[in-house]
Amino acid sequence: MPIALFTSLVFVGSLAAGLLGALTGLGGGVVLVPLLTIVFHVDIRYAIGASLISVIATSSGAAAAYVREGFSNIRIGMFLEVATTLGAVFGAFLAARVPTRALAILFGLVLLYSAWLSWQQSHHPETATHPENPWSNRLRMSSSYPDDNGGQRVYAVDRIPAGFATMFGAGTLSGLLGIGSGAVKVLAMDRIMRVPFKVSTTTSNFMIGVTAAASAGIYLKRGYINPGLAFPVMLGVLAGSLLGAHFLVKARVSLLRTIFTFVILALGVEMIINGWLGRS
Amino acid sequence: MTKEQKTAAPSPQPKTLRSTPPGTRFDDRRMEIIIGRLLQTGVLLASATVLAGGVRFLFEHRNQPANYRIFSSESANLLHPSRLIHLLSMGDASAIIQVGILLLIATPVARVAFAVIGFAIERDRLYTFVSLAVLVILIAALFR
Repeated sequence: MPIALFTSLVFVGSLAAGLLGALTGLGGGVVLVPLLTIVFHVDIRYAIGASLISVIATSSGAAAAYVREGFSNIRIGMFLEVATTLGAVFGAFLAARVPTRALAILFGLVLLYSAWLSWQQSHHPETATHPENPWSNRLRMSSSYPDDNGGQRVYAVDRIPAGFATMFGAGTLSGLLGIGSGAVKVLAMDRIMRVPFKVSTTTSNFMIGVTAAASAGIYLKRGYINPGLAFPVMLGVLAGSLLGAHFLVKARVSLLRTIFTFVILALGVEMIINGWLGRS
Repeated sequence: MTKEQKTAAPSPQPKTLRSTPPGTRFDDRRMEIIIGRLLQTGVLLASATVLAGGVRFLFEHRNQPANYRIFSSESANLLHPSRLIHLLSMGDASAIIQVGILLLIATPVARVAFAVIGFAIERDRLYTFVSLAVLVILIAALFR
């Protein structure tokens, strides 16, 4: 395929991935790597490198839009970034020691898990009251966010150590697979720490860029980041994510998540089969 | 940033009423807004650089087939500063894209650095320390 056509197609695919990623808060990386390896036959290491770069762009580019909505919590984010950045360094260290077939299979499993998580999410209404960790106030994590009626809804967090440990795992996956691992970050905040869903997704978005930056240096040194591939991916995902952030408040999150669930489910199965057969 | 200050300072009636006058209080919300702008600016700069390099890249390689099927670690050469500067001086497209990528990676690092300053201004020792820890991890990972 001539490089101009290839680059254009990668750009369009990345745009779609970025749009979906921003709307669901799960990040573009989770569909980007399967897209690049399965559809465009890119080596998984190049795909992971390009994805990691796009993840930083997505997170940082959409931040200003998210901040305006007033959902994100900078303290929860910063506190948990200690865990995610340490995990990311560990993950990037592991990435060179794991065979690419195993990477593909692991990626597939992450996709299946994301699908399962987001399916569960769309069938669970938010719980109104829950116990809170006494450290929630001491660590100044308790805050409020704007509700639908123009008021402020107060919240506190629970199970901080479990959330912190899960965030280390999220960072490791991010460094290992070049994804933002937004699914696991949202899981740690929303399901474990009981942070309200919208606060979880927007704070997760904030954290993703910092987490990815921790493993980016290691990726650069290994040559995982190919400029010719990284440029359409980064610009495409960024454009898509900005569009997605623009529509975040208006979008029907439940319908979107259902669609996204089936997309990542299918990609996950394909990644595992390819990894198993050594086609990746 | 200057445009924002210009429009915010002379306005006599702020949209939201606060206990302290707007602009003098430095709180989390204000810090988040500044950080949001910082990130936006960084990404904009990085994207413009990557786009410029990308257009040049397409022009230089327009007749070549795309092949990213086989991995080689040659892009790692773009990381040596002397080599990168040498390639940049020759107007190499990949080197220009690489500069954009480096700018992009620097953006979240700058965000954490700003959070350290922001929390210090708020006199929040705990979070100054927390964000400093994140900054140290990031810098150690990048310049190991």
